[in-house]
Amino acid sequence: MATYSTNEFKAGLKVMLDNDPCAIIENEFVKPGKGQAFSRVKIRNLKTGRVIERTFKSGESIEGADVVDVEMQYLYNDGQFWHFMVPDTFEQYQTDEKVVGESGKWLKDQDTCTVTLWNDAPLAISPPNFVDLTITETDPGVRGDTSGGGGKPATLETGAVVRVPLFVQIGEVIKVDTRTGEYVSRVKE
Amino acid sequence: MLPDWRPSCAIELMRLRAQLLAELRQFFAERSVLEVETPILSHSIGTDPQLAFFTTEYCLSPRQQTLFLQTSPEFAMKRLLAAGSGSIYQISKAFRNGESGRFHNPEFTLLEWYRVGFTLPQLMDEIDELFAGLFSGQSLQETQRVSYQDVFISYTGLDPLVFSYQDYCVFARESQLPEAVTICGYDHGMWLDFIFSHKVQPYLGENSLCMVYDYPACQSSLARISEANEQVTDRVELFMNGIELGNGYYELADAKEQSSRFDKELAIRKQEELPVTVKDQRLIAALESGLPECSGVAIGLDRLLMQLSGSSSIDEVLSFPIRCA
Repeated sequence: MATYSTNEFKAGLKVMLDNDPCAIIENEFVKPGKGQAFSRVKIRNLKTGRVIERTFKSGESIEGADVVDVEMQYLYNDGQFWHFMVPDTFEQYQTDEKVVGESGKWLKDQDTCTVTLWNDAPLAISPPNFVDLTITETDPGVRGDTSGGGGKPATLETGAVVRVPLFVQIGEVIKVDTRTGEYVSRVKE
Repeated sequence: MLPDWRPSCAIELMRLRAQLLAELRQFFAERSVLEVETPILSHSIGTDPQLAFFTTEYCLSPRQQTLFLQTSPEFAMKRLLAAGSGSIYQISKAFRNGESGRFHNPEFTLLEWYRVGFTLPQLMDEIDELFAGLFSGQSLQETQRVSYQDVFISYTGLDPLVFSYQDYCVFARESQLPEAVTICGYDHGMWLDFIFSHKVQPYLGENSLCMVYDYPACQSSLARISEANEQVTDRVELFMNGIELGNGYYELADAKEQSSRFDKELAIRKQEELPVTVKDQRLIAALESGLPECSGVAIGLDRLLMQLSGSSSIDEVLSFPIRCA
């Protein structure tokens, strides 16, 4: 893998730091007029999601990380592993709960999602920003109440639980924002 | 697609720059400080290992000579002072290779002035007057003057004049800056740059001018070693809202001392495999003939404009920063 000098650091660059793959968020050039130049870097650990700050001596180089985002189709969960496929090549990848994490509750069979690969192994799964999912369980709402005030919990086909307005019923398909976990609207089939 | 040809600063900023230049010229005219011009291209350059320079080829067939773009007009201005110019100032472009960022552009504008017969505290008074005028519409807090040692101790608990490797390492680890240990090793000057940049400077001069004086002797550059305390040097740095704006000295006039500092810096350049330069013999000759007692300061006008306009990036005050020059 290539190495990158601090002068090449820019937002989005993937590098290895403390043996973990990381993405650079921000790089600030710090230099006293008559002193040593540094690069103050804000960096996200792609394994843990944690953001840290780290300073490098200007001109220092670090190793790049072989990290790519690939669009894949989610196939199924066999109870232990989650399976994904690259639509063009039919190449399949499997990964476990630890990598899928919270994203799992938004994944429906056949849906497309982004799989981040590090050295060709899944590192993280990102669902689309919006998903359409069927309600499998919710209390019956009061007929005629369309105000949406208050709301009630609803369980979706993937197991996720979101708050929905009172008028939404079992069997209906709703649109959810996966970044906030909030109900957006009903979807007319 | 056509390239973006537009300036990166607002028209309003160009007006503010023009107004600043007019105010500066008036300020110095009122004090009978002479405006001068010195070359940007020169046969010689400063030896400071921390400053990377640009070179260019001067072709006068069949001769060819490497010339340097000035990192500051200091040497040429000192030659004028030694020749009896009296107090002088200059507004000029300066060039520092490899410096680019939110507060840096490799080509920038410097205001540099020298006051014959002034001690550093007297020059600091004049700097204060200048800022009071420039920022008169902005109700700045009162200017702070603090020694490097005092300000360093108050923000870190560490004594900058006494290098204790153990204490510095403990501080770095406790401040979530463990990388400092690897970067700085046993280099006292590097430790001071690192800790000052990260843990002191960001807090200096909140809505005010902060002048830090009595820099440690290991960071003396072209300043005199203080007569009262040989651990420190007669150097002052100016800060505003955590941004370094300028650097001033009670000027070193001792030709021998200057020559030996050049030699030390050249040795470091060689050791670190940095581009080699030669000592500016004309400066040394000027010092030998006699530099009057004087103090001088250089202020980055682009950063000063950032402060005057509340800009967060130098690109907002430059017409064409390096990426679109």
